[in-house]
Amino acid sequence: MSTTTPRNQIQFGVFFQGVNSTTIWTEPESGSQTAFESFRRIAQTAERGLFSAFFLGEGLRLREHLGQVHDLDVVGRPDAQTQLAALAAITEKIGLVATQNTTYNDPVDLAHRLQSLDLLSGGRAAWNVVTTDNAWTGANFRRGGYLDHADRYTHAERVVETVRAVWDSWDDHVVASGRDAASWADRSGVHVVERDLGHYAVRAEGRLPRSAQGHPVLFQAGDSDEGRDFATRAADVIFSAHPEFKDAKAFAADIRRRTLAAGRPEDDVKVFPGQQFVLADTDAEAEEKARWVAEHQITPATAIAYLENIWGTSLQTYDPDGPLPDIDPVVEVTGSTRGSGFQFQKSQELATQWRALSEAEGLSIRQLVTRVGVRRGGIVGGYSTVADRLAEYADAGAVHGFNVSPWLVPSGLDDIVDRLVPLLQDRGVYPTEYRGGTLREHLGLRGPLTRRAAA
Amino acid sequence: MTTAPFAIAIELDGDGAHPAAWRAVDHAPADLLSGKRIAATVRAAERAGFTAVTFDDAAVPPGTSAGSGVAGRIDAVQRAAFAAPLTSAIGLVPVAPAVYTEPFHVSTQLATADLASDGRVGWIADTDPDPRSAAVYGRAPVDAAEAVATATDAIEVVRQLWDSWEDDAVIRDTTTWRYVDRDRLHRVTAESPRFSVAGPSIIPPPPQGQLPVFAPLAGGLPAGTDVALVTSSAQATRRVATEAGAAQVWLELEVALDRAGVPAARRVADLDAHEPWAPGTVGRYVGDAAGLVDLLTDLAGQVDGVRLHPAVLDEDLDEIGRAVLPALREAGLFRSPRPGDRLRDVLGLPAAVNRHTAARTATLEEVTA
Repeated sequence: MSTTTPRNQIQFGVFFQGVNSTTIWTEPESGSQTAFESFRRIAQTAERGLFSAFFLGEGLRLREHLGQVHDLDVVGRPDAQTQLAALAAITEKIGLVATQNTTYNDPVDLAHRLQSLDLLSGGRAAWNVVTTDNAWTGANFRRGGYLDHADRYTHAERVVETVRAVWDSWDDHVVASGRDAASWADRSGVHVVERDLGHYAVRAEGRLPRSAQGHPVLFQAGDSDEGRDFATRAADVIFSAHPEFKDAKAFAADIRRRTLAAGRPEDDVKVFPGQQFVLADTDAEAEEKARWVAEHQITPATAIAYLENIWGTSLQTYDPDGPLPDIDPVVEVTGSTRGSGFQFQKSQELATQWRALSEAEGLSIRQLVTRVGVRRGGIVGGYSTVADRLAEYADAGAVHGFNVSPWLVPSGLDDIVDRLVPLLQDRGVYPTEYRGGTLREHLGLRGPLTRRAAA
Repeated sequence: MTTAPFAIAIELDGDGAHPAAWRAVDHAPADLLSGKRIAATVRAAERAGFTAVTFDDAAVPPGTSAGSGVAGRIDAVQRAAFAAPLTSAIGLVPVAPAVYTEPFHVSTQLATADLASDGRVGWIADTDPDPRSAAVYGRAPVDAAEAVATATDAIEVVRQLWDSWEDDAVIRDTTTWRYVDRDRLHRVTAESPRFSVAGPSIIPPPPQGQLPVFAPLAGGLPAGTDVALVTSSAQATRRVATEAGAAQVWLELEVALDRAGVPAARRVADLDAHEPWAPGTVGRYVGDAAGLVDLLTDLAGQVDGVRLHPAVLDEDLDEIGRAVLPALREAGLFRSPRPGDRLRDVLGLPAAVNRHTAARTATLEEVTA
């Protein structure tokens, strides 16, 4: 049913991160980071709050720091699609988003698993397409580091095209409509998929029909020009790195322009920036809580490790509460072993900038890292202040929603769902029910790209 | 033979082993490929008290290219994972191909399902060299001997990945801010010309430590298999399996039972009128429940377990649960798993000992001896 509210709405997704220093694991209220019960609790809380999607990352190698397993953050995460298949059994509406890379997953196998998840969940599956290509990750796989970084999007587009071909390999009505049919499947409507992906070729017969949503929804998170063009050509949703209001508006405008240029309706691609929320009854309490969160996310050891990653060498002799290192980085750019959020940063340039910043403001190592770290505080405020701010995002069409990263597991969504969501609903800027049963319906997306002509 | 209680598993693939089974069930054909259907069948199997359910799979469609049987199938590991939070006692044992797949993915997928089920997942390592499967993954096809050799390497790598975290690896030490103890995480040391796997695993150890690994004896048993699936209970077959290293031998058996006053032979004949149920290598029992009780009683003296392939899943699963398993339980030949049981324990396999923990403990003993 359509609502009568004239206001734009925003939605929430939740990104159960596992790794990264976002997740505070040192406190008594932080539970198991890997037990299934923690995932169940977050997914069911999100569904109670009418979140459109539950989102998992992909781990293909334990992160390393200076040649050893990085031991300061949560370590260990489940296989995304297998975990989402289990969660599909105990949720009914929420979308289930699996991050899966196009280099170290086999395309037909990937397509089949995503389609399996889509059918198991009744049309709630999504694929967050990432293009991890480094040989260090590839050391866990037969094909190893076969792909040049420059070719990652070209290869990714071939993989996406192959995956879609598998999803489309059964015509509608292949499966018998009743038990009296001549056969279970009308095999004349099943098409063999043959693709040359450059580095290898595949040939496959599809094993499944399309789900209630046609295809799993495609997410994409690349932020480079190439990444944005890829997203606006191929994806339905962008998991963006632009949560701040002005930046988000500019990003949304850029995406609308690129979407039109790709020959699609300008609202065809939805934007969900990642975001952290620190909420309390009053703004002052929330500010106090945000300081606590930052202190626990950036521990002294994490602060030093953060700089070590940029400097490329051990800085264990430096005081986290003292000034920045006086030595220069020993690397030009950072490596890939700490995950995509940390790779390819220009070390010398950052060191120069940060020294200037810390000298100008008298910041210690830990204070600087808290300031410049990957998550810069997020949205902080009293519940009603934050509800008003989010209403501005909705009114301005700056985002379609936020992909929330809880900093506590498994209780990190409780205050958002119990306290913030009702205020957003009162303001008419948040859904009051799920629209239909599929993720595509929750997000207000059109049919799958390859199926539009047929529709 | 071990001293473990006799195991009785049931295969849940499709609508049953008979190619026309889909005509005999109450749901529309397309509803087979849904979560709702999987939930209904695993719950029915758990209520009946089976030791475990198995989920068949392959990289190629089920059925035959000539159009026989069901042609669609949801990924088996995902079916097992989906079943995990809906059940609490029954074992969940999917097929995952071992020849053309990436061992790293297979390892983490199965470990994830084992965590979701709190230790009730096993793995049927499929050794089929089917060249059509090779093409699905874009790899060069191999012959049967190379397929078994590849599966042997894959099982070893998967087992090393499951062992790559010692149980006490997560320390959450708030004085040093270390979440894990690096010294309790280990790389994979297996050298195989067939794979590259560096390790450690990305996921903490599965609750069972090592999942029970099943493999068909036909074509050759890969090393590292716990349970050999055989198609003959003859002593010679059992000897081949145990000499190849299997701790247990389970017999595959197709089953059709009398139901609601209709003799089993009649039920099968009615379905055969649509499509014949061609006999394969697996033996078949068609008859009344009492006869199956006698047969299983007899088999319990020869093999460690059976895997039943019901002609029509809904009908035969129900009959076995109603008229066969209770009789075997009463006779003390069979015990159903209880909530919270782990599959290794239910099967009577020895507790898995982490190889790195064992090695360190042994070294410590040497030092202190």
